[in-house]
Amino acid sequence: MAKAAARKTAPAASPSVERRPALAGRSTTAAAVKVEVLPSAERVSLRAPEASAAALSKALGVTLPNKPKTSAAKGGRTVLWLGPDEWLVIDEAGNDPLADCAKVSALHSAVGVSHRNIAISVTGTGAAATINAGCPQDLSLDAFPVGAASRTILGKTEIVLLRTAADAFRVECWRSFSDYVFTFLSEGSRDAAV
Amino acid sequence: MLLIRCPYCEEERPELEFRNAGEAHIARSANMAGESDDDFEKFFFIRSNPKGIIYERWRHMHGCARFFNAVRDTVTDKFVMTYKAGEPKPSKLPGVAK
Repeated sequence: MAKAAARKTAPAASPSVERRPALAGRSTTAAAVKVEVLPSAERVSLRAPEASAAALSKALGVTLPNKPKTSAAKGGRTVLWLGPDEWLVIDEAGNDPLADCAKVSALHSAVGVSHRNIAISVTGTGAAATINAGCPQDLSLDAFPVGAASRTILGKTEIVLLRTAADAFRVECWRSFSDYVFTFLSEGSRDAAV
Repeated sequence: MLLIRCPYCEEERPELEFRNAGEAHIARSANMAGESDDDFEKFFFIRSNPKGIIYERWRHMHGCARFFNAVRDTVTDKFVMTYKAGEPKPSKLPGVAK
């Protein structure tokens, strides 16, 4: 099943090459939470000084957020504030944000990290409790509202967390330890139901 | 768990996201090759190690990834205040008796 999903989500560069995203198609469901690996997306790690933000926003079609712990989304493209001059761009619509950044002459650094990351969605009434099994941040709606995004930790690993709805999160982690993160969240979802 | 205020994220975050990065405000000599051995030893190895208020560099490793400075009490482990990297040593510390 995992193989079929991999073929469907990642078009091969040439007939002899097949890209297999880590954990493709895996999901687990507990009483109050569903943990699911999301299809692959285009991602860019973007660093730029304040003076370049306007030009990059125009090229990407999304205004780069400049407030801590926030994100901005438009037309299937989400930009997450990671640091004062650092953003993570995620495009789920199949467009290439790296090509858009390449058109900008203002000083910036855009690095494609599409296949470095794996996205896991955590949804359901126990979603916050599931992530709090290993994440020390306050995930109440007051402290971490819908649209809030932050780099943080889960258990022993670093993750990027985005709240997509009151009871839905997107967890981005590096693919080499995605198995650990997925298992951790699966265990957490069982505890969250109790 | 300690909560540490990150001056870049503008809020208190759990200590697990942070790393200590040694003493702050240690100026590197502009003419490193001309330094005497004694001066270099002082710059490179000798730290103040006080009992009480210490000025330290910290890094919000698993957050915004920025370095910043913090004033901490080594006796109580309490953070007195934090400020951005590059800013001068604060002359007045809130709530600290001299």
